[in-house]
Amino acid sequence: MITYLEAIREAQARALRDDPRVYIYGQDVGQFGGAFKATKNLAEEFPGRVLDAPISEDAIIGSAVGAALEGMRPIVEMQFADFSTVGLNQIVNHAATMFWRTQTPCPITVRLPSGGTAGAGPFHSQSMEALYAHYPGTVVMTPATVEDAYSMLLDAVAIDDPVIFCEHKYLYYHLKAEALPSEAMPVGKARLARPGRDLSIVTYSAMVHEALAAAAELSAEGWEVEVVDLRTVKPLDTDTILASVARTGRLLAVGEAFPWGGVTAEVVARVASEGFDLLDAPPRRLNSKDTPVPYHPNLWGTHRPTARTIASEARQLLRV
Amino acid sequence: MVHPAEADTRPAHSPASPKLFLETYRWMLLARTAEEKIANLYRSGKIVGGVFLGKGQEALSASLGVHLKPGDIFAPLIRDQAGRMAFGESLLDYIRTYMGSRLGPMQGRDGNIHRGRPREGMLAMISHLGAMVPTVAGALMARRFKGIKGCVGATCIGDGGTSTGAFHEGLNLAAVERLPLVVVVANNQYAYSTPNSRQFACSDLVQRAVGYGVEGHSVDGTDLADCLSVLGHAVERARSGHGPQLVVASLLRLAGHGEHDDAHYIDPQLRKAAVGRDCLRLAEDEILKRQWAAPAEVEAWHTAAQSQVEDAVASTLREPLPDPGEETWQALSTPHLNEG
Ligand SMILES: Cc1ncc(C[n+]2csc(CCOP(=O)(O)OP(=O)(O)O)c2C)c(N)n1
Ligand SMILES: [Mg+2]
Repeated sequence: MITYLEAIREAQARALRDDPRVYIYGQDVGQFGGAFKATKNLAEEFPGRVLDAPISEDAIIGSAVGAALEGMRPIVEMQFADFSTVGLNQIVNHAATMFWRTQTPCPITVRLPSGGTAGAGPFHSQSMEALYAHYPGTVVMTPATVEDAYSMLLDAVAIDDPVIFCEHKYLYYHLKAEALPSEAMPVGKARLARPGRDLSIVTYSAMVHEALAAAAELSAEGWEVEVVDLRTVKPLDTDTILASVARTGRLLAVGEAFPWGGVTAEVVARVASEGFDLLDAPPRRLNSKDTPVPYHPNLWGTHRPTARTIASEARQLLRV
Repeated sequence: MVHPAEADTRPAHSPASPKLFLETYRWMLLARTAEEKIANLYRSGKIVGGVFLGKGQEALSASLGVHLKPGDIFAPLIRDQAGRMAFGESLLDYIRTYMGSRLGPMQGRDGNIHRGRPREGMLAMISHLGAMVPTVAGALMARRFKGIKGCVGATCIGDGGTSTGAFHEGLNLAAVERLPLVVVVANNQYAYSTPNSRQFACSDLVQRAVGYGVEGHSVDGTDLADCLSVLGHAVERARSGHGPQLVVASLLRLAGHGEHDDAHYIDPQLRKAAVGRDCLRLAEDEILKRQWAAPAEVEAWHTAAQSQVEDAVASTLREPLPDPGEETWQALSTPHLNEG
């Protein structure tokens, strides 16, 4: 069995093995193996290519941009996604504008340990995909499975553009697979995680699993709910979303991130404007509450969507 | 040791009085006792999330706290339990925040070290290191706008935190504005697992004072007497209009980064070296050696700290936990502008 976290470690090992241009830079990623152990033993296996960085996110990402211009393939680890805001300028204003301004690609991979876990509080829990997806010039990945964590991270390194790789901390240890995948879906293609006919839940990252649990619960009540795993939120696979809504006539977009704007809003906007006639009911969105992510589990459990709240939102939509 | 950026016209440091030494020691002891209790609760699964201790850094932190006055501004960081208490944070604020009590200052919305009472001059740190430096600078600018004189703002940071842009920008800004800011750097040799050699290339962080144009001070963070006199001096310099003060202490973190961490990466030589000494034990030895208190009295202080902590935990255990049904879920202070 291999965990989601081990898959991320294995993908980085393979990238380092296969491509001499790859190096890893981030706080405590060297001998220590990273705060979550995503780079365990890589410093020993690949001497001089897995380097501890100072607490300087702006400079870590800025240096990755420079190295990418010189033909390297940096993988940068933020200790937590939340700290990437300190490097925001280099990501959105430098890396993401590079190709459009200069016709020179900027192949950096920024790994963001994302999402909430119990007791982590406002600064170690954030889901930042929408922030980065908002800017032109980024690819934003949100793997929900062990297989995707592995193959999409390899894709991220291979892509000639800045990739924001949002790996979910809750899935690190919870999610296990038999083996690493030998083949992968193309980047930018969503996956049908569960087929259905009554309602489409479109979601990504850890919420795929909450949605699947909700679908199982609803199936006991006679509803067949389809679950679409977006895999990358940018580019967003509008075709797969529309095809699903064409089958079911009902859309519920679910995300763990804050409610204002964001991925779920984008999904609903696209379906409303490009597939309005496919809808039998007004589309709905379910996100976190509009407050910082709370520390105490009593509050956190209510702040984010869960299988229970997804199922209840789905029931309301199915009754329309 | 003093590293002036400009001509030094200061009087020599005065040694701390026995009274101040004993007072500070007791804050250190209370902080150590309370932290050990919280660490025990963590090990028995009673604390959710991380637990971060200031073990080994109490002398430095408390020495700052005792030299601040009501009306000053303090932005403590991860390892400042002793300084928080010396500045006036109640033991209950500490215990309640770690245990998630709804009655604590953070109401379960935030936890552990991320707590404060900004209206009372105790800022609530965010995790993002360096962020508090410019924030305290701004609070001091406000005091100046308001015509309030004689106050000081202080914040603490680690060796690792000095590598942030915010630290640099904040200290530079404070220097330009000549604000009464004291920045205390606890150089505990590591930032999580990262040793100083991977963090900065200058031989001593206090050298940076010259570059910023502020006064710099070095202090032995394991030695309470040294901490009291250097911090007392730095706070006084800031208060008397000599601009920002950068204090750099050498010491060692005598715990993991958090209680989840066994700190196996710490060089065993450092543990045996002078920086690895336990400031609390050293202070206690000093008290006994100088006969500032009898052994029985010191023992009684331990017992008193213990029962204070046990009482605080026991009463907190009876308090309500956060209730999502009663939470407002409103992030804005202007009620009608909240969307939710
Ligand atoms: C901007 C930012 N990046 C990363 C982190 C994650 N982090 C938390 S504590 C820490 C190490 C801090 O080391 P140091 O400043 O030396 O303080 P110490 O823990 O040694 O007291 C890191 C990297 C953070 N809090 N803020
Ligand atoms: Mg440190």
